[in-house]
Amino acid sequence: MSATTPRCVLRLPRGAPGWPAALEHLHEPPAELWRRGRLWPPPVAAVAVVGARAATLSGMEVARELGRELAAAGVVVISGLARGIDAAAHRGALEAGGPTLAVLGCGVDVCYPRGHERLLEAVCDAGAVISEDPPGTEPAGWRFPRRNRLIAALALAVVVVEAGERSGALSTARHAADLGREVLAVPGSVLSPQSRGTNRLIRDGAVPLLELDDLASAVPELGLNPPRPRRGAGARAPDDPALRALLELLGDDPLHPDQLAEATGARASEVAVRLCALELGGWVATLPGGGITRAGGH
Amino acid sequence: MTASATCCAIQGIAGVPVTVEADQSNGLPGFTVVGLTDRAIQEAKVRVKAAVQNSGFGFPTRKLTVNLAPAELPKEGTGFDLAIAMAVLRCGGHDLPRLDGTALLGELALDGGLRPVAGVLPMARSLRAAGVRRLVVPGGNAAEACLVEGLEVVAPGTLRACVEHLDGTAPLAPAAPGPPPEEAPSGFDLADIRGQPTAKRALEIAAAGGHNLLMVGPPGSGKSMLARALASLLPDLGVEASLEVAAVYSLRGALRDRPAASLRPPFRSPHHSISRAGLVGGGAGLAQPGEISLAHRGILFLDELCEFSRAHLEALRQPLEERVITVTRVRGAVQFPASITLVAAANPCPCGHHQDPTRLCTCEPRALAAYRARLSGPVRDRIDLVVRVPRQPYGRLFDASLEEPSAAVRLRVEAARDHQRERLPDQREPPLNALLAPRGLVGSCLPTRAATRLLAAAGERLGLSARGFHRVLRVARTIADLAGDERVGEDALAEALRHRGEPGL
Repeated sequence: MSATTPRCVLRLPRGAPGWPAALEHLHEPPAELWRRGRLWPPPVAAVAVVGARAATLSGMEVARELGRELAAAGVVVISGLARGIDAAAHRGALEAGGPTLAVLGCGVDVCYPRGHERLLEAVCDAGAVISEDPPGTEPAGWRFPRRNRLIAALALAVVVVEAGERSGALSTARHAADLGREVLAVPGSVLSPQSRGTNRLIRDGAVPLLELDDLASAVPELGLNPPRPRRGAGARAPDDPALRALLELLGDDPLHPDQLAEATGARASEVAVRLCALELGGWVATLPGGGITRAGGH
Repeated sequence: MTASATCCAIQGIAGVPVTVEADQSNGLPGFTVVGLTDRAIQEAKVRVKAAVQNSGFGFPTRKLTVNLAPAELPKEGTGFDLAIAMAVLRCGGHDLPRLDGTALLGELALDGGLRPVAGVLPMARSLRAAGVRRLVVPGGNAAEACLVEGLEVVAPGTLRACVEHLDGTAPLAPAAPGPPPEEAPSGFDLADIRGQPTAKRALEIAAAGGHNLLMVGPPGSGKSMLARALASLLPDLGVEASLEVAAVYSLRGALRDRPAASLRPPFRSPHHSISRAGLVGGGAGLAQPGEISLAHRGILFLDELCEFSRAHLEALRQPLEERVITVTRVRGAVQFPASITLVAAANPCPCGHHQDPTRLCTCEPRALAAYRARLSGPVRDRIDLVVRVPRQPYGRLFDASLEEPSAAVRLRVEAARDHQRERLPDQREPPLNALLAPRGLVGSCLPTRAATRLLAAAGERLGLSARGFHRVLRVARTIADLAGDERVGEDALAEALRHRGEPGL
């Protein structure tokens, strides 16, 4: 255990001034809250962005982008500071300079997981970190589902970005549904194990989130109507027809160069030359797995 | 009365001629061998005495002393038996006129038979270089000894036949080099592998320029098959190079695995549980060459690169840089040849499914970080080519479409090697682009102006390090050689950039 900040930890008993009314919607509200950070009481316009710890790179990119857009629109991003989607959502919100709220399953002075010390500090500075457990409480498996009900209660809507079949994010969605909060899920490939949980949520009635407008129309209380540029609008296509043909095959799903060679009938060396040109032109990006996708903004 | 015979000891990969001196004097009967000998040579006394007596010769009954000179050189093994026996017989009064100028190698059986020993080829080469023209070896070592030019090799079956050859009563005909070995088709043919065009292209480049290659992919994607196929793309070795290789195998007593006259480059794939000495050389007693020297002029394949310990990988750094491995001992250092092409394979993470679109990775983030750290260690810096090997769809495995056979690719590889030889006449052997030093690299790679511009743009956009810059240039040079281009053009450079491996890998 390590005390990660000298900044003060405040205790807030239930019902005291500043106690969020939203928590009273819970079947069993917590008896007290511990918090760090200035963002208090949390604004009502808040959205929880949660998801799996074992997330894909594209899932984390979606969470980050969502965090950025929400923060830019003045909406508080609530999440659990876990690895993967949670951390990406917090980071996105921080990048856009917006406030963000982390609800922990351990004491607010305990950093879990290790390695998120700097993120924890950044969230404290820009927003707040809260927990219903007193400082010094070590994380335990059973505390996290209990923590999830607070996330669901404090938000107007819960967005699940990626979740496997047994992800804890699904429990947040369940609490949100029980509380009458809107549940949204980002759809994924039916083959992707990281999207099995979210796809099932959509089948069971969650609103699919394809772009921020979906959130705006599902939760009008948020007051979201951001004018946003369409993806790909204005992007200049490459002049070379061979490059254009290759680019048309590419989407957001990563493809291996072998698949591109097969689809175009070109030799591996030719595909490599064209991919290099596309990469240097900023049209495509190579992911750490070696897969090729369209670069963001094109 | 004294007599002498010539023999040979091993030091590193070379032989050192040894003179066996025998002396009879008055005193209590006894048999002493001196000259920094090991246990096996002390036991030679028993073998020599029994073999001499069982061959029907008298063993001297006075005080007998044998010295192996130079006496300060540590000696090991049973190869001295035959020379000791001849020196003793001559000292006992047996007339052996042809013993002068003849070297003898071999272990004795108690009944007077001759048994093969390890290291005959390097010893025969050193003896020939020292001026010896006639060599007696056991029959089992005749084939390798015959590879040395200008050496008359005889291979008697027994001690008695050896004596009768040397005293002239029944001279033996010189052993003839056997027929050239049948080249077994080595490993896999490229045509046996379905799909994988990117990986196959990387193999072609690696074979042409001698570049070290890293393959990253999930388990079962065919990485080891590809590595084995690379061996089939390499051109045959020259005679001198094949002798260097055979010398290492002879020293390890491993010529059963690979015929001494074979011209095919060796392929070694040690398991990651191998000891450090087994990998780079060393061991108890005289230092022995390790797997990296057995792969000299060929391929060292390290499957599951990240399972090798950090010390093992660290030990590979020097040979990858200097093409020799130095094993340092208290008594001094010996060098073994280690001019290898390294082919490494690794899973993308400990469980193997990181970023796999169809399977879930179950690795802890910390384990993943530790694994990545090992992947980017000392060996990664010496690897020019990185290729991602994707899992193959099952349907593809039964696809009967035609794939290019190894023989066709090997023709292109040989042509590219010819270009390198023409361009690098003074380059140390072998003239490979992979060995181009950073200094003067741009001058020897001759990029066109457009290629230079592309390289500058890539350096900025992709954040190439200085080392990465050199790697890309070397690979681009090989791609241009494969295309038969005199200068490195944009296309060669662009393709090389794709093979550099993404940052962090």
